[in-house]
Amino acid sequence: MQTKDLVIIGGGPAGMSAAISAYNEGIKDILIIEREESLGGILKQCIHNGFGLHKFGEQLTGPEYAERYSDEVEKLGIPYITETMVVDVSEDRVVTAVNKKDGYFQIKAGAIVLAMGCRERSRGALNIPGHRPAGIYTAGTAQKFVNIMGYMPGKSVVILGSGDIGLIMARRMTLEGAKVKAVCELMPYSGGLTRNIVQCLEDFDIPLMLSHTITDIHGKDRVEGVTVCKVDENRKPIEETAQYIECDTILLSCGLIPENELSKSAGVVLDRVTSGAVVDETRQTSIPGIFACGNVLHVHDLVDFVSDEAEIAGKGAAEFIKGNTKIGETVEILPTDGVRYTVPQKVTRGEGASLYFRVADVYKNVTVALYKGEELLAKKKRPKVAPGEMERFEIKPEYLENTDKLTIKLERN
Amino acid sequence: MYDIAVIGAGVIGSLIAREASRYNVSVVVIEKEADSALGATGANSGIVHAGFDAKPGSLKARFNVEGNRMMESVCRELGVSYKNNGSLVIGFDDEDRKVIEDLYDRGVKNGVERLEIVDSARLHELEPNVSDKATVALYAPTGGIVCPYGLAIAALGNAMDNGAELERCFEVKSITRKGDIYEISNGVKTIEAKYVVNAAGVFSDRIAAMVGDNSFKITPRKGEYMLCDKESGGIVSHTIFRTPSKMGKGILVSPTVDGNLLLGPTATDIDDKEDTSTTPEGLAVIANECLADVPGVPTRTVITSFAGLRSVDDKGDFIINSPAENFINCAGIESPGLTSAPAIAVYVTELLKDAGLSMTKKENFNPNRVSMHEFRDMTIEEKNQRIKEDPTYGKIICRCETISEGEIIRAIRENPGAVTVDGVKRRTRATMGRCGGGFCSPSIIGIIARELGMKYEEVTKFGGESVYNFGEVK
Repeated sequence: MQTKDLVIIGGGPAGMSAAISAYNEGIKDILIIEREESLGGILKQCIHNGFGLHKFGEQLTGPEYAERYSDEVEKLGIPYITETMVVDVSEDRVVTAVNKKDGYFQIKAGAIVLAMGCRERSRGALNIPGHRPAGIYTAGTAQKFVNIMGYMPGKSVVILGSGDIGLIMARRMTLEGAKVKAVCELMPYSGGLTRNIVQCLEDFDIPLMLSHTITDIHGKDRVEGVTVCKVDENRKPIEETAQYIECDTILLSCGLIPENELSKSAGVVLDRVTSGAVVDETRQTSIPGIFACGNVLHVHDLVDFVSDEAEIAGKGAAEFIKGNTKIGETVEILPTDGVRYTVPQKVTRGEGASLYFRVADVYKNVTVALYKGEELLAKKKRPKVAPGEMERFEIKPEYLENTDKLTIKLERN
Repeated sequence: MYDIAVIGAGVIGSLIAREASRYNVSVVVIEKEADSALGATGANSGIVHAGFDAKPGSLKARFNVEGNRMMESVCRELGVSYKNNGSLVIGFDDEDRKVIEDLYDRGVKNGVERLEIVDSARLHELEPNVSDKATVALYAPTGGIVCPYGLAIAALGNAMDNGAELERCFEVKSITRKGDIYEISNGVKTIEAKYVVNAAGVFSDRIAAMVGDNSFKITPRKGEYMLCDKESGGIVSHTIFRTPSKMGKGILVSPTVDGNLLLGPTATDIDDKEDTSTTPEGLAVIANECLADVPGVPTRTVITSFAGLRSVDDKGDFIINSPAENFINCAGIESPGLTSAPAIAVYVTELLKDAGLSMTKKENFNPNRVSMHEFRDMTIEEKNQRIKEDPTYGKIICRCETISEGEIIRAIRENPGAVTVDGVKRRTRATMGRCGGGFCSPSIIGIIARELGMKYEEVTKFGGESVYNFGEVK
């Protein structure tokens, strides 16, 4: 069995950034394993701009952002293989993969970075009743049809869910000549970024129907229309509000799910809320030497933050390989009162960390507060927080003394 | 001109074609859809029933028990997934107990072997996750599960390998008797045959009427289902039925041969013979009933829901008869139709012989077929040997189910070749995983287009107007 110091599973933004970070920390014996034909991950099909504002201070398209990293990978000579699918990861860090040239093969890794990304919630998982014709796609699949394959998956479109990819596709389909009739959002607020609501819907006069959902799909061969209903405060459809919207296509943008099948096969402990691994401040999972970053860990809004997180994971993996991992007690961070989850979920005592978290609902004029028992350690005022926008909070090393858990919550001003 | 035309490429028509292909007769299977198994065969519980439900003396009772005994060897020959997992009919009160006792008596009369009524302790030993409130059960060790569309496709493919032909997208509009032959027309093209077998499922009453037989009517009875992720497949190992009602065998909780968990079906009589839509009410009923039977059923892991139509006739039994010269009905084949199918197929070939068709055995008939899941089930060494011979097996297209390009190409090239994305799905399981085909369907469309010389935008989900794309972007 061949060996590698570091195996990185996934050559998207997370995997590439982790590889570069580990390389810069002195780890040269790296292999990035990518399932598609080239590096770049989902960015390859995200041809719109808005990437890189935080990281590079300029507006890049997805492929341009990816290229910054793939150029660096090439320049540093970090080895990678493409069209290779990892099918198993074991607890003792044996990676099993398959491709056309080598067939099935195994690598014993000194450390592993999981960077497999996420998938979109499908029609089946949403369990929408009705017929099952062609013409129902996740927004990302439609994006692939249009931007990669060069085909139009629809002419008149209703979008369910107002996640960012759905909003981007509302604009993209419109620019390609389709009529986007409505974006229906189950919640009373959008799950997407404000800038996307403005630039992708409002600028094109596409109606955003908040507190609405699709209750029936019509059409036996191809979609012919949808029944849309307003929902009550318990998100149950109000039948009297049913309206029929004629369309030939339904795009779904109803959330992303981290793809943790390999993490599960290795036995990595997952967070029930994020569906990603439970990690410490180095992004190390419950299995020593296995790290996770990017959308496989938790779903991000901006790729810039994915790159940041992957740098941390790459550095963590490098330290682990060098035998420098600090073995200490960890302090658990408990999200409560409006905070849904945090990443990392635990921080090693003596270390600091930037805590990323999401809130459960839209709140105005709130204070994010960190407590050790009854003691308020730190707070930060926020005029508005929303589930669609990831928040950040700094954990200083001194907060972690004399406790095994901290609580983070929202308080009304 | 053919000796035999079988109308309908569901599991009944396909197995009849295979039986007939054992003999020196020419066989054509006529299917209105683009593929086999798009009707009831493609959307049912996949259960191999033990045979205790049907009334003693009925065709259902006879063929169920015979079919059950044949199923394992038929599946072995055809390389179809089958598992003898046993079934349990669970009861909650004295009324249920009485029904269960009746079922036991019926089963014994029907010739079902090893049936037993078990108490709560034994039931929960067999199935720890069944509701504590269940107090009694009928245990049928001969019950099993099978891949229903896999069986139909493999049977049809095997029939074709042995000389049968398939005429797809041919909707029969009229059948005319001309001398000794039948002319079967779709309005454009005519197929001639000496003998006709009507295995047209929910449409079998219409086909029978074309030869003047108006003696029965088929009412579609909709059954809705939910399918859970493979991570939930292990919650039960047997097929768990609720004590039956007159509308059907009730809602079941069962593992599938592929390791998923199947919940359903509902039972609603409808008028539209093509309405396979799911309903909010139906899906809610499934969730509630399954949770009552097996409280841990993880309804949040549902990866798809679907509905199928049972062909329910107004006679209460299978209709297998000859209403016109050299014309045989196989109608009203609702549950336990799948289980009965292998036995019905043998019986129908006997009827054809009785009707005067000269049937001599083919010397070179090959009953075997390589499983579509051959590659999946190989050892690593065997897989690597295959990849060396054909590198397309090393390229994974469907990541959720780990299906390679080689397997997809085989599904397209092998009888009866897949021509649609759903056709590839039912043969290989590609797109059947948790992402619902989001990642791989664009690639599968490309492979189909390349293999069949079609344009990318011509490839459909399941035929007809079910196109994915409307042409190139601007």
